[in-house]
Amino acid sequence: MEKRVTFKGIWLPLLLVLPQIVITAVFFFYPAGQAIWQSLFIPDPFGLSMRFVGLGNFEYLLGNPYYRASFVTTAVFSTLVTVVSMGVALYLAVLADRLIKGSGVYRTLLIWPYAVAPAVAGVLWLFMFNTRVGVVTWYLGLLGYDWNHVLNGDEAMGLVVVASSWGRISYNFLFFLAGLQAIPKSVIEAAAIDGARFWTRFRTIVFPLLSPTTFFLLVVNIVYAFFETFGVIHTITAGGPQQATTILVYKVYSDGFVGQDLGSSAAQSVILLFIVGLLTIVQFKFIERRVHY
Amino acid sequence: MNINRLLLASASASVIAAPLAAQTEIEFWHAFTGRLGELVAAQVEDFNESQSDYTVTATHKGNYSETLNAGIAAFRAGEQPDILMVFEVGTATMMAAEGAINPVYEVMENAGADFDPDAFIGSVKGYYTTSEGNMLSLPFNSSTPVLWVNRDALSDAGIDPDTDLSTWENVGTVLDQLKDAGSDCPLTTAWQSWIHLENLSAYHDVPFATKENGFGGFDTELAFNDDAQVAHIEAMGKWADEGKFIYAGRRNEGGANFRAGECALFTESSAGYAGIKDEATFEFDVRPLPYWSSLVDAPQNTIIGGASLWVMAGQDEAEYEGVATFLNYLSSPEVQAQWHQDTGYLPITTAAADLTREQGFYEENPGTDVAVIQMTTNAPTANSKGLRLGNFDQIRTIIDEELEAVWAGDKDAQSALDSAASRGNELLRRFEQANR
Repeated sequence: MEKRVTFKGIWLPLLLVLPQIVITAVFFFYPAGQAIWQSLFIPDPFGLSMRFVGLGNFEYLLGNPYYRASFVTTAVFSTLVTVVSMGVALYLAVLADRLIKGSGVYRTLLIWPYAVAPAVAGVLWLFMFNTRVGVVTWYLGLLGYDWNHVLNGDEAMGLVVVASSWGRISYNFLFFLAGLQAIPKSVIEAAAIDGARFWTRFRTIVFPLLSPTTFFLLVVNIVYAFFETFGVIHTITAGGPQQATTILVYKVYSDGFVGQDLGSSAAQSVILLFIVGLLTIVQFKFIERRVHY
Repeated sequence: MNINRLLLASASASVIAAPLAAQTEIEFWHAFTGRLGELVAAQVEDFNESQSDYTVTATHKGNYSETLNAGIAAFRAGEQPDILMVFEVGTATMMAAEGAINPVYEVMENAGADFDPDAFIGSVKGYYTTSEGNMLSLPFNSSTPVLWVNRDALSDAGIDPDTDLSTWENVGTVLDQLKDAGSDCPLTTAWQSWIHLENLSAYHDVPFATKENGFGGFDTELAFNDDAQVAHIEAMGKWADEGKFIYAGRRNEGGANFRAGECALFTESSAGYAGIKDEATFEFDVRPLPYWSSLVDAPQNTIIGGASLWVMAGQDEAEYEGVATFLNYLSSPEVQAQWHQDTGYLPITTAAADLTREQGFYEENPGTDVAVIQMTTNAPTANSKGLRLGNFDQIRTIIDEELEAVWAGDKDAQSALDSAASRGNELLRRFEQANR
């Protein structure tokens, strides 16, 4: 027998979900609608006049090879951030899970970086890798490696990926550890008795059972890499050298807030909205099938 | 009991409020922090104490871009300040926004203020004045690029620290000597687009953009991919390749290296003075920006950077009178001379420059007048009175990107500048569309 509350009529249930609907409408649908509306115009910065251009903004953007290149940069960047932050977090979580003594200290310390704001994290990493005074740059110099992310695009990309992943590792670590601890010990012990070594157990039992957590983190981390890494990029490279670290979100900022080109900026937001929607559909349609709940 | 208290409170409030209400409040948004912020606050305080009709409230709104954004957002919400500080690259944006600003010459005229635009130094005035000669915004902090020299670094490399560095040819020879003597950083720069393209063009009297560098209309096109600029960027690219020019970043990152004594030569704004004087533990020197003697016999003049003050539209008449009084105060010789001496920004009026000379500042601080002389020796031409380009902040970013490609050895000077010009032209066309 199902235990489900049923309401008579439509008004009470509507009233109960109304707050959620209002919040969604005011804070999500309205701004998104505004962005779509604005993307059809070229306004002047002060809002004194607006020229309707239809899909002109999109045509302008997609016809621009530098904008198209930014898609590739974003794909590379998000993939690297997601893989690095989840990979390292999983590794650390597996180690922490096996700890018997001192795991509390270990866990607490690992969570700390999450409290550091992205812009601050960016500045910290920038100091370490500063081309003239950075500690790491100095040690690399002793090893005979000339670190110069100001001119070398690959090094700049590496640096923003590391800086963006660093704070995220803590977050992912927490979820992975919780996921690992939720796996029944009896299953693992049974496999151990059957002679399965650590790596086999991890591959055939632990990882599949961890898949709901992994899937959740995958979605969340991609969204993070797309939208929330702005502060890190702004403080470390400002999109440079050349356009090596100009990801889509950074371009929205620089067109909208540096260039005052609100039409182009709105059109880019719409494109981003579309991409993230598409990515989420793909994730839920294809990857979620492989998740065992 | 409660009601009594309330009455008492409101009574005392009205007593206090009465004299205040007579004062018109003027809001002034600026972009200065640190030492500059303190100096602006002091100017405002002095003004408030000097008279009783107006109170100016100065508010810091972030860096130049952020301040401009704050002003724009506030205007859209109908909450704009009376005075907004806008950096020189935002000039075209502000000029195009006819309904959002009150031109300074009109504000002064309507208020009946005693205001003479000709009191300002030509190359400063030109940047903020229309082709018809109307001053749209009040020049405030203006600087121009100069060559900073670490004299100790030259001596250590066995070079006479008084050697002639007036031409890039001579600088090239000195860079060779510095490199041979083992210098890690013979030359670095700040603001590469401003110094090595915008000012290079003006200094050699070649156009940066068509239509008088954009003064003649929004249908201007970038023209900095011509021979003079290509030759300079090519030379810089070669120096970068040979480790003689060290690129530190798009803004003034190179300043830290120079002030720490690592770099021998440094092209940077004259306003770098305060910081260098404060931190440098070596003997330094200010020289005029070098020019190419192969291109011109003598240099034209350099152009300015920095910011001007724009008066926003939509305020009361009384407030505009206050604004006119305040702006007149700011451009008075005493205030400007002090500002010039404290910061290294240019004295924007001839009177302020004369006053500074009379006070003996240039004798006590040799080299501080280099920027003034460099700006004022020649009357500005169509190529050297300034730049008026829409979307210019972003065009600078494009130039930064393309120059980085040259410094990294990925592109040659010609193709990098060609690409920067054609990418920049697209943005100019966008701006033209938005402001038709």
